[in-house]
Amino acid sequence: MSDKTFEPRIVAFLCNWCSYTGADLAGTSRMKYPANVRTIRVMCSGRVDAQFIMKAFAEGADAVLVAGCHTPSDCHYQEGNFKALRRYHLLKKVLPQLGIEPERFRLEWVSAAEGDKFQRVCTEFTEQVRKLGPSRIQIRKGA
Amino acid sequence: MAKPKIAFYWCASCGGCEEAVVDLAETVLKVVEAVDIVFWPCAMDFKKTDVEAMPDGSIAATFINGAVNSDEQEEMVHMLRKKSQLVIAFGACSHLGGIPALANLTTKDALVRSSYLEGPTNVNPNKTVPLAKSPTKDGELHLPVLKDYALALDQVTDVDYYIPGCTVPVKLIVDAVMAILEGKLPPKGSVLAPNRTNCDTCDRNKTKPEKISISKFYRPYEIELDEEKCFMAQGVICMGPVTRGGCDERCIKGNMPCRGCFGPVNQVEDQGMKFISALGSIFEAKEDEDIEKLVASIQDPAGTFYRFSMAKSYLKHKVE
Repeated sequence: MSDKTFEPRIVAFLCNWCSYTGADLAGTSRMKYPANVRTIRVMCSGRVDAQFIMKAFAEGADAVLVAGCHTPSDCHYQEGNFKALRRYHLLKKVLPQLGIEPERFRLEWVSAAEGDKFQRVCTEFTEQVRKLGPSRIQIRKGA
Repeated sequence: MAKPKIAFYWCASCGGCEEAVVDLAETVLKVVEAVDIVFWPCAMDFKKTDVEAMPDGSIAATFINGAVNSDEQEEMVHMLRKKSQLVIAFGACSHLGGIPALANLTTKDALVRSSYLEGPTNVNPNKTVPLAKSPTKDGELHLPVLKDYALALDQVTDVDYYIPGCTVPVKLIVDAVMAILEGKLPPKGSVLAPNRTNCDTCDRNKTKPEKISISKFYRPYEIELDEEKCFMAQGVICMGPVTRGGCDERCIKGNMPCRGCFGPVNQVEDQGMKFISALGSIFEAKEDEDIEKLVASIQDPAGTFYRFSMAKSYLKHKVE
């Protein structure tokens, strides 16, 4: 695939209470952001198991975004976003050992009122991943 | 009635799994009374041609240990599969890739370079490395070819059951052999060990605080370990939260943290990633700076979290 035709596939895990609502606001406000982002709604950023992120990469995602409520006190479940934050730092150290550029993984806090931030994050991230090029993971089906 | 035939084979293995069979001690006599061992290269003199001569499906059960990382091992595994009614992955390497699959975090070239050319103990002025074919004055010599990556047994052939562990505990071997002899086997594909994590049964679990507030991780040799306190609460990585129990907590009772050799429980697909999820949940640190410091103190996180399960992780090997 040449760089010109490369359209990154980005999997975005958005928490129900803040970031998904923020994305919804971006939509209802008719703010445009790249269609490269595929949204998965989860109840909390703390529910995003590191397995989900790695499975997304293993199945061909060029990048993964996790978005949740702002720290320290916006999380609907009080501490879920801190779990996401700790996992983010752990993954940032492990990803290069596994041969995945850490720039392909991003964590953002997006509140329900920040439709514009969601738009900006998606646009920026898509451009960043476009520059990185396609993921080098050969999609392997089965064992 | 003829006794059921049993075979043992080893692939990329350290010999520890053979040792586990020997550890059966006098129990081994009971096993030998009940079965005929028809192939066991480590302990008895059989040849590949002996296996070739056996009718298909004539072996009741073959226990294969070690990861598969050469073409020769792959060939033997396929042959034994044809000759056997049951194939059982025996031990962590066969079950999950095990220690040989840690090499999947690097490349085959780098592996050969470090083992034969650049290792601090290498003296190899002629730069000799293993070759598939080498001409000699007495004819061409052949060596097995290393695969690009180490594989778990079920990535090469169909596997009926898994007996986990590095090495396999005696009790699990006896239980498995008895289950085969009595025909009381669980559904195909089962791991023949309980589906509960080590933390679930660990006595030290009650000493684990709700949130662990440490500022640095230690390797076991760096601190004096308390014999009753949760390892994680002492700042030592313990794979207990994401590792299947049934090992009788041999390491923990020896005051060493769990290293994860039984692999994950049935509900978990990627042991290393699940461990990241677990670690993220149990620590106190909340500021980026504190978390970064904590993470920086973990030596070789991928090798630690995937110590035994790299071949069966989502990625299976480093992305090149």
